[in-house]
Amino acid sequence: MLEVDAAKRLRDFRLDLRLNVAEGEILMLVGDNGCGKTTVLNMIAGLLSPDAGRIVQAGRTLFDSEMNVNIPPEARNIGYLFQSYALFPHLSVYDNVAFGLRARKLPRDEVGLMVKDQLEAAGLWDIRNAKALRISGGQKQRVALARALIIEPDILLLDEPLSALDVRRQAAMRRELRETIHQYGVPAIIVTHDLRDVACIGDRACLLENGKIALSGPAEDVLEWGKTAFA
Amino acid sequence: MNSKQVIMASDQAKAGYIKGLSVHTDESVLISSRVKEISLKAGLGLILFLAGAFIALPVASLFIKSPLDVTLRSLHDPVVIDALRLSLTTSALTAVTVVIMGTPVAYVNARFHYPGKEVLDSLIDLPVIMPPAVAGIALLMAFGRMGILGHHLNALGITIAFTTVAVVIAQVFVSSPLYIRQARTSFEGVAPEYENAARTLGASRVYTFSHVILPMASNGLISGAIMAFARSLGEFGATIMFAGNFQGRTQTMPLAIYTAMQGDLDVSLCISIILVAISFVVIAMVKILTRRVHKNAGS
Repeated sequence: MLEVDAAKRLRDFRLDLRLNVAEGEILMLVGDNGCGKTTVLNMIAGLLSPDAGRIVQAGRTLFDSEMNVNIPPEARNIGYLFQSYALFPHLSVYDNVAFGLRARKLPRDEVGLMVKDQLEAAGLWDIRNAKALRISGGQKQRVALARALIIEPDILLLDEPLSALDVRRQAAMRRELRETIHQYGVPAIIVTHDLRDVACIGDRACLLENGKIALSGPAEDVLEWGKTAFA
Repeated sequence: MNSKQVIMASDQAKAGYIKGLSVHTDESVLISSRVKEISLKAGLGLILFLAGAFIALPVASLFIKSPLDVTLRSLHDPVVIDALRLSLTTSALTAVTVVIMGTPVAYVNARFHYPGKEVLDSLIDLPVIMPPAVAGIALLMAFGRMGILGHHLNALGITIAFTTVAVVIAQVFVSSPLYIRQARTSFEGVAPEYENAARTLGASRVYTFSHVILPMASNGLISGAIMAFARSLGEFGATIMFAGNFQGRTQTMPLAIYTAMQGDLDVSLCISIILVAISFVVIAMVKILTRRVHKNAGS
């Protein structure tokens, strides 16, 4: 269980939220641009520190302002899919996926086996030598996801994972994404502003407005919110 | 004709006149615009030619005025050999020093905000604008035998002014801004997202810097180092003030050109040609590297 209770002063408002995500559950974080969704992910990943609060994953404290605990991002073991994917442009597809394992100083042959498995499962083995700059948007998304999953993360954070894809690919990717994440069985938070993503991928959804959770409930109910909150 | 008819007739005449006028103007506008375009192109061409000639003529004159056999013979002159060796070693040392000291400064200034950053930034750029002779005398006042720091060092038996070390210090002083500025721009070109991605994947700050940021900024860093090297090769004013002009010890190529001018012009020309050749190589390398940076950034 991932437990987040965090407050942070942002430029226009104060972010203040409390949320729990169970193992294997996909929580969709919905809201307009600039409502603090990405900030929430960055705080969980350790890229930003809350002003106050605590973040605990499966009993392990990642952040606690009172106990002065703040584990750096590299020690949190989090799979983070960035909105722009942030694939390293100077590296090949293979080296991008291998990055997290090499940073952990795993033996070379072990890295080779794991990367091969991951790339084959994601259908990326044939383009393993291509530079990350030169592949299509859909392939970039797969590479970024493979790179985040190969480190066997304890938490998955996905920031607008489908926004860079064309509409036709989005529909196929929603189903695929849901299946892939459920396979891993870790708490997952997906940030989106697209209500179609919420119903198709998520188990539960939270609507974030000006840094506060305005609505929360099963993902299927979100289309009902659409009639009220987004009207 | 009543007044209404008069108006109608005059309107027709006016319309006919305007029509004729417009046919006439269409042609003349076409011709005059073509003439304008040709003269504009010719004018711009002339300006470009003059600009090119203004730089090419003196450079070409160097080669015309020094026949190849004389240049090759001068290459064996001890003055040339000493100056060449000293210039290449001090400039290489300078480039290495500037890269080691300048890279962290450039990275910190590209990524972080801290009190006094603006002041430090202006200080870093100052030597570019400062006249080299002023830089030389300033260095002398700091590190010279009677200087603020120099007289303490002197008491410990360390002399800096008028030694080869002084040559390197003068070169570092004037050329470091070129590297730091270029390096900072290159680091700023690496989006923080890549750094964040590397950190969440388990890379420490040091691993992230060496495996993500440095490779992504490398072309800019190398071209910055080449520019600092080139600026060091050409350093004259600060060197002669702070390090003096001793053959084999502090007489770099520009100083040797100046000294040889008073005796043997052939030696001056020989060294000048070597420096011109190096300048060409430097420009070519920087162009190739920066073009690759733009290509990477663009795609």
